[in-house]
Amino acid sequence: MIIEGKQKIWADYQKEIPDDHYFYVRSCIRQSFFPASEVVFLDITRNKLGKDFFENPYHTTCGGIAYHSDAIPQETAMTIIARQFALMHESGYENYVCSCITSFGCYTETLETWREFPELEAKIRQFLWDSCRKELVKPKYLAHASDIIYKFRNEIAAKAMFRLVEAKTGRPLRVVEHIGCHYAKMFPSKGVGGAEYPYVLAGMIEAWGGEVIDYPERRQCCGFGFRQYFVQANRGYSLSNTYKKFESMEPYKPDFIITNCPGCPYFLDRWQYVVAEQTGKTYGENGFGIPVLTYEEVAGLVFGYNPWDLGLQLHQVAVEPLLDKMGIPYDPAMKYKGVNGKELGTPAAPQNIRFK
Amino acid sequence: MGKYFDELEKDYRIKEGLKACMNCGVCTAVCPAAEFYKYNPKNIVNVVARKDDAEIEELLKSDTIWYCGECMSCVTRCPRGNAPGLVVMALRKLSMKTGLYLNSEKGRQQYVLVKDLCTNILEHGYCIYPRNFDYAHHPEFGTVGEWTNNNLDEIHRRLGSNLDGDGPGGLRKIPQESLDQLKKIFDVTGATELMDKIFADAADEAEKRGLSQDEYFEEVYHADNGHHLNQ
Repeated sequence: MIIEGKQKIWADYQKEIPDDHYFYVRSCIRQSFFPASEVVFLDITRNKLGKDFFENPYHTTCGGIAYHSDAIPQETAMTIIARQFALMHESGYENYVCSCITSFGCYTETLETWREFPELEAKIRQFLWDSCRKELVKPKYLAHASDIIYKFRNEIAAKAMFRLVEAKTGRPLRVVEHIGCHYAKMFPSKGVGGAEYPYVLAGMIEAWGGEVIDYPERRQCCGFGFRQYFVQANRGYSLSNTYKKFESMEPYKPDFIITNCPGCPYFLDRWQYVVAEQTGKTYGENGFGIPVLTYEEVAGLVFGYNPWDLGLQLHQVAVEPLLDKMGIPYDPAMKYKGVNGKELGTPAAPQNIRFK
Repeated sequence: MGKYFDELEKDYRIKEGLKACMNCGVCTAVCPAAEFYKYNPKNIVNVVARKDDAEIEELLKSDTIWYCGECMSCVTRCPRGNAPGLVVMALRKLSMKTGLYLNSEKGRQQYVLVKDLCTNILEHGYCIYPRNFDYAHHPEFGTVGEWTNNNLDEIHRRLGSNLDGDGPGGLRKIPQESLDQLKKIFDVTGATELMDKIFADAADEAEKRGLSQDEYFEEVYHADNGHHLNQ
């Protein structure tokens, strides 16, 4: 790898990221499958970094998953987005940040399409007025929530309790970074590092002591595919894409995977389980899988949050091998407990992939 | 130029995504769907660019246009600035509008998608709503998913969600005022019209097959004629 060349290209894709005062909108998938990630993001930004991130309870889905499943027209998705922007303005904000990568892609596509076709923006503005009696005011700045953690990666590193290194040996952990397709593949200039050399997650890994793995299928989609997952008959598409990625990364022996899209960690985690149950194959050490974490979960571990407060018990692939490597203490007995230690039972053990 | 292309040309995704293809095929080389399905995005762009109605009609009736996963990897790679993924989205819209989607197994799946996703949006304000995401339809959710399903309220309370609660927070109950506005947006922008058409088509298809609506849903959800894969 010629580092100088990559750095030169990265320089063309650096994006300005305001450091405060954001209107925050949530992700349907992240809330459902990694709920603690959004809790931790807001705790880090508000309480650890002292920033202003406001949530208006009247915001809704952006409709992005339905749009990319072709279940709603483009005009519908754009008008829902216009309503979200109107709520931002009504709340007194100009910087808009979303938790979801599908949303980020939809917001970017919408703003760019309106820029190119002002008559479409005028049409959507009218739709918004007719349906909601709201005025469209576009954001001055659009960010994905991973951009914010990237921006403050060094401040987080300075406050870190744990680093992305093997505690016993000091070896930097080998990390696969997986960027959601809709972060920068459609509009490369909107993502940190563009589509060729996205740096948003690599920057976090390096700042926190880890080593980024470069492997052949680094930019391959996780395989969500919207309709290719939601309809059971199509799920082989989704599984095959993940399988291709894991076969490609396996020789590089990743210690874990970090993601910025809420869907990708779900698929990369669950399809490892399915591959193991169908074929017996596992990709981690000693019969485990490779842990797949959201960037909020990784930031939380670095900060020293309790792994079970981060929701790592919702992953099918056991995270304990990673916690042990990083030297993070945890109480196995509390992993599957509810509030105040309430007994909730334990998930059944899979056949072919180690669970604990 | 014919009636189908005239319709397609009105779609902003065609204005954005169809420029001058030079047939390099890089979109197909990088396409996850082309590796898995009998699918070639370059050929789709070619057919639309030729503006031949008979060829476009064949596409609209086919499984082919439903193979794309809309990852948009093709957009990054096209040296001419085309977006085959956006062209496919415009074709899908026209296929539903004309009813030609009913000719293909993959096209009929739109009933499942419209029913599940639009119901979640209109009733809950989310595309995905965890009480409607069940282990029975998602066995890949895994043993942890089954445990999550069985302890949904407790787990979300433990992890700081505000599941179905008032005020801000993850998975909060979306206020009725917001849901009412989403419904009005659906009404004025064509989503309600699309839903009504897909549901009416599904009712007709179910009747033709002698199935109940639920049985038709399950058939569409699982049907696989075995002719889709690129192998």
